[in-house]
Amino acid sequence: MQRMNRELMAARVAADIPDGSYVNLGIGLPTLVANALPGDLEVILHTENGLLGMGPAPEKGKEDWDLINAGKQAVTALPGAAYFHHADSFAMMRGGHLDICVLGAFQVSEKGDLANWHTGAADAIPAVGGAMDLAIGAKKTWVMMEHVTKEGQHKLVRNCTYPLTGMACVSRIYTDIAVIDVTTNGFIAIELVPGLELAELATLTGAAITDGRNRKTV
Amino acid sequence: MINKTVTTVEEAMSGIADGSTILVGGFGTAGMPFHLIDALIAQGAKDLTIVSNNAGNGDTGLAALLKTKRVRKIICSFPRQTDSWVFDGLYRAGQIELEVVPQGNLAERMRAAGAGIGAFFCPTGYGTLLAAERETRVIAGRNHVLEYPITGDFALIKALKADRWGNLVYRKTARNFGPVMATAAKTTIVEVDEIVELGTLDPEGVVTPGIFVQRVVAPKHLAARAT
Repeated sequence: MQRMNRELMAARVAADIPDGSYVNLGIGLPTLVANALPGDLEVILHTENGLLGMGPAPEKGKEDWDLINAGKQAVTALPGAAYFHHADSFAMMRGGHLDICVLGAFQVSEKGDLANWHTGAADAIPAVGGAMDLAIGAKKTWVMMEHVTKEGQHKLVRNCTYPLTGMACVSRIYTDIAVIDVTTNGFIAIELVPGLELAELATLTGAAITDGRNRKTV
Repeated sequence: MINKTVTTVEEAMSGIADGSTILVGGFGTAGMPFHLIDALIAQGAKDLTIVSNNAGNGDTGLAALLKTKRVRKIICSFPRQTDSWVFDGLYRAGQIELEVVPQGNLAERMRAAGAGIGAFFCPTGYGTLLAAERETRVIAGRNHVLEYPITGDFALIKALKADRWGNLVYRKTARNFGPVMATAAKTTIVEVDEIVELGTLDPEGVVTPGIFVQRVVAPKHLAARAT
């Protein structure tokens, strides 16, 4: 099969983001989506530390450390950008004003439960940041992740074994081998990479997955 | 005449007692009031509860305060970072208590404190470890968790400019928790780059009205004047 690399995954997610959307990209893999957005679209990126209209990283040496993203990396502000305080920023999420958030994940269940903040390991220091607010607040919560772990463990599962970030909040999953909708009927594959059969995808998925490739979805 | 400016950071720390709850602004180091934190360390108050988004970065600012072991408890959303070694060490040694709060709840609980809201229901965290054993309610068909306000005895925040009435403007994403913390503390102490003449700040552009601010100090300005 033609497994997608991270850049191709980012381009695949970007292709589904409509012009005019307000979008929050989570830390890690989802950050790459910013570089993959077509230049002729106006997609407004939100960063929860207080900026709408986030632009790309500045040139080296031109960083302004009062202008950072949620990952605490230096960014820029595009023409039309707005700054705001934290309560307003989270009102944008929790009040349902953001159109899409794209998050990384450890696991997603067939009910759309998301686990992405804590491994549950006894010696891990818990740190949640804005993950729980984003997961339940955006109009659409998409997950972008590898289909299985490096060790081959399922990440799409019947029930999450890692601590939950939010319940029944994920509506779509973009992996390196497929695009999957999460519905009241469980996982539905709507796109497979060339060379991948549904039967093989099913073995790589820890819950039932049905074929939705003829089904028109948005 | 109202004059909220104080001339030294030491004076700005007056009255901070042992056992105080202190809201500390900043998201990472952006908006962190480094001079005020250094002054708090020098002032020596202990047994503190600190409310801040992170639990310190590197060895300066909040991390330096934690290192003094005068912080009993920290309430924050994201303690673990690549450069949070001071906190990590204290936590693993059992020398600091940690309450992890989703970032939106952290902001909204302080907003509630500042706005006189007794408590609120919110869907964030429902069904997760962070909402275990909390009161919940179904509102409009959706599960919500009851959240209580976080009030500070003091807030230490950073802004760009202030006037003597305490009106504030901020700089870029260094604004972050400043405005909401200013409303949530009994005494809000602000470190600014510059104190400007009354009437200089555009009333349309004032982000924190002076009613939420008790003390303003311009440490860099003081340092420049002393040399």
